[in-house]
Amino acid sequence: MYALPGRHAILALFIVFLLLPIYWLINMSFKTNVEITSTMTLWPLRPTLANYRVIFIDPSWYLSYVNSLEYVVINTVLSVSFALPAAYAFSRYNFLGDKHLFFWLLTNRMAPAAVFALPFFNLYSAIGLFDTPWAVALAHCLFNIPLAVWILEGFISGVPREIDETAFLDGYSFPRFFVKILLPLIASGVGVAAFFCFMFSWVELLLARTLTSVNAKPIAATMTRTVSAAGMDWGVLAAAGVLTLVPGAVVIWFVRNYIARGFALGRV
Amino acid sequence: MARIDLVDLAHAYGGNDADPSRFALKPTSMTWRQGGAYALLGPSGCGKTTLLNIISGIVRPSRGKVLFDGKDVMALTTQQRNIAQVFQFPVIYDTMTVGENLAFPLKNRGLPRAQIEARVAEIARLLDLSPVLDRKANRLSVDAKQKISLGRGLVRADVAAILFDEPLTVIDPGLKWELRSKLKVLHRALDLTMIYVTHDQTEALTFADTVVVMHEGSVVQTGTPEELFVRPAHTFVGYFIGSPGMNVLPAEVQGRQARIAGHVLGLDKSYGAWPAGARIEIGIRPEFVAVAAPAPGLLSAEIERIDDLGRSRFARLRMGGLKLAARLPKGLSIAGNTAGLVFDPAQIHVYADSRRVEGMA
Amino acid sequence: MEKITNQKAWLLVLPVFALVAFSAVIPLMTVVNYSVQDTFGNNKFFWNGIGWYQELLDPSTELGGRFFASLWRNLAFSAIVLAIEMPLGIVVALAMPREGWGVAFSLVVLALPLLIPWNVVGTIWQIFGRTDIGLLGYTLHWLGSDYNYVASPLDAWLTIIAMDVWHWSSLVALLCYAGLKSIPEAFYQAASIDGASRWAVFWAIQLPKMKRVLLIAGLLRFMDSFMIYTEPFVVTGGGPGNSTTFLSIELVKLALGQFDLGKAAAMSIVYMLIIIIVCWVYYTVMTNAGEDRGSARGGP
Repeated sequence: MYALPGRHAILALFIVFLLLPIYWLINMSFKTNVEITSTMTLWPLRPTLANYRVIFIDPSWYLSYVNSLEYVVINTVLSVSFALPAAYAFSRYNFLGDKHLFFWLLTNRMAPAAVFALPFFNLYSAIGLFDTPWAVALAHCLFNIPLAVWILEGFISGVPREIDETAFLDGYSFPRFFVKILLPLIASGVGVAAFFCFMFSWVELLLARTLTSVNAKPIAATMTRTVSAAGMDWGVLAAAGVLTLVPGAVVIWFVRNYIARGFALGRV
Repeated sequence: MARIDLVDLAHAYGGNDADPSRFALKPTSMTWRQGGAYALLGPSGCGKTTLLNIISGIVRPSRGKVLFDGKDVMALTTQQRNIAQVFQFPVIYDTMTVGENLAFPLKNRGLPRAQIEARVAEIARLLDLSPVLDRKANRLSVDAKQKISLGRGLVRADVAAILFDEPLTVIDPGLKWELRSKLKVLHRALDLTMIYVTHDQTEALTFADTVVVMHEGSVVQTGTPEELFVRPAHTFVGYFIGSPGMNVLPAEVQGRQARIAGHVLGLDKSYGAWPAGARIEIGIRPEFVAVAAPAPGLLSAEIERIDDLGRSRFARLRMGGLKLAARLPKGLSIAGNTAGLVFDPAQIHVYADSRRVEGMA
Repeated sequence: MEKITNQKAWLLVLPVFALVAFSAVIPLMTVVNYSVQDTFGNNKFFWNGIGWYQELLDPSTELGGRFFASLWRNLAFSAIVLAIEMPLGIVVALAMPREGWGVAFSLVVLALPLLIPWNVVGTIWQIFGRTDIGLLGYTLHWLGSDYNYVASPLDAWLTIIAMDVWHWSSLVALLCYAGLKSIPEAFYQAASIDGASRWAVFWAIQLPKMKRVLLIAGLLRFMDSFMIYTEPFVVTGGGPGNSTTFLSIELVKLALGQFDLGKAAAMSIVYMLIIIIVCWVYYTVMTNAGEDRGSARGGP
């Protein structure tokens, strides 16, 4: 009734705009370096899996994926589990300095990674966590915990506190109430928080590269090192890039209905 | 202003070839006269909102058509049908003042400014919104916002009908009465066709001249509030209207007699043979059943509790497996739990398969 | 919901507070420390007071010059991308389907750029814009342009802006879409009954209801664009020259490249202060806008 005129065209154009560079990357990943540098074709003349084979065979490549996943998972678990009790506190209670604390937490989300690059480098070296996934995981907590608290507080506030009171009257201890009653009710909120923590940790480069060198080198570092080398291995670089899209694409595909439903509820 | 005719209207949300028993609105035809105040009354899911939305054009019916003053309006949009609709929650334009909200429909039609201002002032006066005309609409209380929604509907002088979809749902109970009276005043002042959907019988009975009772997709009775109360055409109407609702008791009816639980009641009219397998019941309002001291000639029942409604008292009784309510006359007190019941024969209705049967004199 | 006052809630908040304080306060104290000291590189530090700050905030010095140049670049960049991404996001949100299979499909496609590691975003556009192996660069050359993001600052800027629009418009679109979906159908029906035009529906119904999400989207986009590092760094490395050297890039160059601790520290502090002030202003505006509607805090 009040649809935007021309909306099909607008949406189609935008989707093409979004998919074009990705398609180009995928296209390149199936070409040999020779073909890439010598011709310009919209699809590989001689498609090859050689680039992908390199990544799956060369440890420095596939291990870096593993390293990345490692710190992302650690960070997600840490952020969400620390954020849960705090979100509950912000939702249910007034306490001394609560508004200031909440604001301070939010400002950390707004902190430029560049400011923390050197200090974190010193800090984590000093406590011996440099070049381990823990350094990156803890560093990312700086941004992800405020985000998780913000998201979870919203969801917990959607649960009436009568439920808490009933549980306590029924004799539940606080930890038991939290795990057995509250968590199932905010399951989708935990999912959303975990998703965003995963996402922000997965995409970040600066700290991930600064705090690692050899052992815990993430995929981002391996790829950017390829950039500065002479004699660029475009094919492998493209393949590596395509592989980094996979976790994101898989996750969205699985949660697409939750996202659609979440929007319908107007929860954002 | 329009007379609205519904011709063989029916709707199934699943499409036209859905099983007839699953129609949200079963085939119905009726006429709503111009200037009438109608209530569409029924419980949730009875089809009343569907009917309203078909009249306003929001829903296209699977079958049948709607006529305004004899003209087929099926092809017209809601706006083209010149309908005003008030929804369950206030619909106002946040960024505008109250006055701008009321003026909006008129501005969109390109009316001259002086005319718009005059009309807005008049409607604002009718709705007691004059003091707040220059305030931002989204700062007012919920009932004021609902009045603005209503005002936007009224501001168009040639509006065919105003449709209300449970408009008092979000209003504070204390203010409901005030708004309801306001609607009645408006109806008399403006001579508009008003159709009011509700599940609350008090709202329906106080607002409307004619009440349409719906049940499971069908219209079961149309009539004045008094007719619905005194001669319910369907057991559902008897049960739904009045508080407490009508007593419905299975009985054997033959000639001038009804037999319940071994006891015989005299009837005002005479009834003949029944079709095979028909379910026969009698209905009588608690107001017309009096509690008395137990006596051999009277039906006896156990008192379960007594409801004191202020102006009158009702007793809830049990007779065998049947439950009924009866009026407790002033000053009467019963020793023990058992009471006798006195039935007013003139007020006993007979129902076959839930539909009222007129007896012979 | 009424909140009880209970100081024991601090126990629940303590782990978060400790972890974030550890991550934030200690490094920040280090930074503040460095910002007021100088060293000859032999690990001996001596007090420099506000010396670094004076140098930083004086455009005539080399440090100050670089700082202000980067700052203006950042402000220009944020202004441009916001001016493009906000309207674009709104339009795309209005264009998205409200029901049917198209909903999930559009959501997935729109979310895709948001989940790509930022260095890969940079790599994608680095390749895409090259005139020898990239579709965009090649096509532009084929059409007669002399586009070259390595040599021309203008082309470098255009490429980075296009990349940011590509990367982040979806976020604005998704947030606006969520805001739009919360509008009940009855509002559109009422507007239709009132004879409202399409434009009037946008101004009077849709835009006001999106005000909150637009504030969130605007804040997020300003912040993230003001702090941008990875994507432009991968594509241009800050060049050609220093035409795309944004504040973060400048800072990392100073801190990790030149190990100019004092200068980097002072720049860090000023950088953060700018962001915190803007954040505070936005937060206040948002909570006031929330109180207009009677809600207590400008939360989710």
